[in-house]
Amino acid sequence: MNTRLLPFVGFMLVAALLGFGIWWSMYHDMHEIPSPLIDKPAPTFVLPTLDDPVRKIGSRDLAGEPYLLNVFASWCVACREEHPILMSEGKRIGIKLVGFDWEDDPADAKRWIAQFGNPYDVILADFPGNVAIDFGVTGAPETFLVDAEGVIRYKYISPLTPEVIATQLMPRIAAMKKGGK
Amino acid sequence: MLLVVMFLVASFVAFSSLTFAAVDPLPFKNHAEELRFQALTKQLRCVVCQNESLADSGAPLAADLRRDVFEQMQAGKSDAEIKTWLTARYSDYVLYDPPLRTGTWLLWFGPLLVLLAGGAVVAVNVRRRAKTARVAASTRPDSDIEDDW
Repeated sequence: MNTRLLPFVGFMLVAALLGFGIWWSMYHDMHEIPSPLIDKPAPTFVLPTLDDPVRKIGSRDLAGEPYLLNVFASWCVACREEHPILMSEGKRIGIKLVGFDWEDDPADAKRWIAQFGNPYDVILADFPGNVAIDFGVTGAPETFLVDAEGVIRYKYISPLTPEVIATQLMPRIAAMKKGGK
Repeated sequence: MLLVVMFLVASFVAFSSLTFAAVDPLPFKNHAEELRFQALTKQLRCVVCQNESLADSGAPLAADLRRDVFEQMQAGKSDAEIKTWLTARYSDYVLYDPPLRTGTWLLWFGPLLVLLAGGAVVAVNVRRRAKTARVAASTRPDSDIEDDW
């Protein structure tokens, strides 16, 4: 081989590496943490509901049927973007939609729900944020799909879109129902 | 000049108090426990920030995690147990020192492979040049000027 070409080949390798990095980061968020909880049992918890803090709901009450846990907060800007989609698509999902109000002020959260509407079957309030840490929540909004056995099957970080619901959530929900769960 | 120095000192004091403000006061039992806490949180990566350890971060989630780490220390958990607890929730992402396992061997030994490849290229080059230099020296007529490099 002509050794005069070596620097050029080296340059092309480096360029290819950098090009791959650019291409890769277009489709991957480097700060998105892959959840180690996928296909593991969801953490057990008992949380007060937003409407009535005396009423507590836990993972045991939710067991037996699949549900979608949607982490939101009134301070979360992206949640405002996601909220209308939950309002319009929430019922069509066909499973229980559980709101998870994270590190919020109860008055703010109630006002937020009154203003934008309530797409949730029930809203859990985790104001100290302990259960959120058990779920490995890094931000809002985040959405967890939990099956009837209480196993986390899917996690989506950032606002849900009709496309994500149609291509990611619905097939998984359909598969769960087909599996007799 | 004095004014400049005073300004610098003032801004330094202001800045250092700002960085301390990010870290919440925790009721440590003694100084050793505090040092252990600081050493541990420096090895843990904040999950919502860019290039910040759990010890340095001012993010609310980092404050929550510091509180949890502190509580687990109070409960008598070892550093390894606390790390396992965190990685079970947030994956290896939280560790600045990634564990050695099949999925991470390239991360650990990749630099060594690159070094070996570079060393091989250098060795081949040196050998080849030495050969051509010998050939050139033997075919070239003797000269008074020593420029055989």
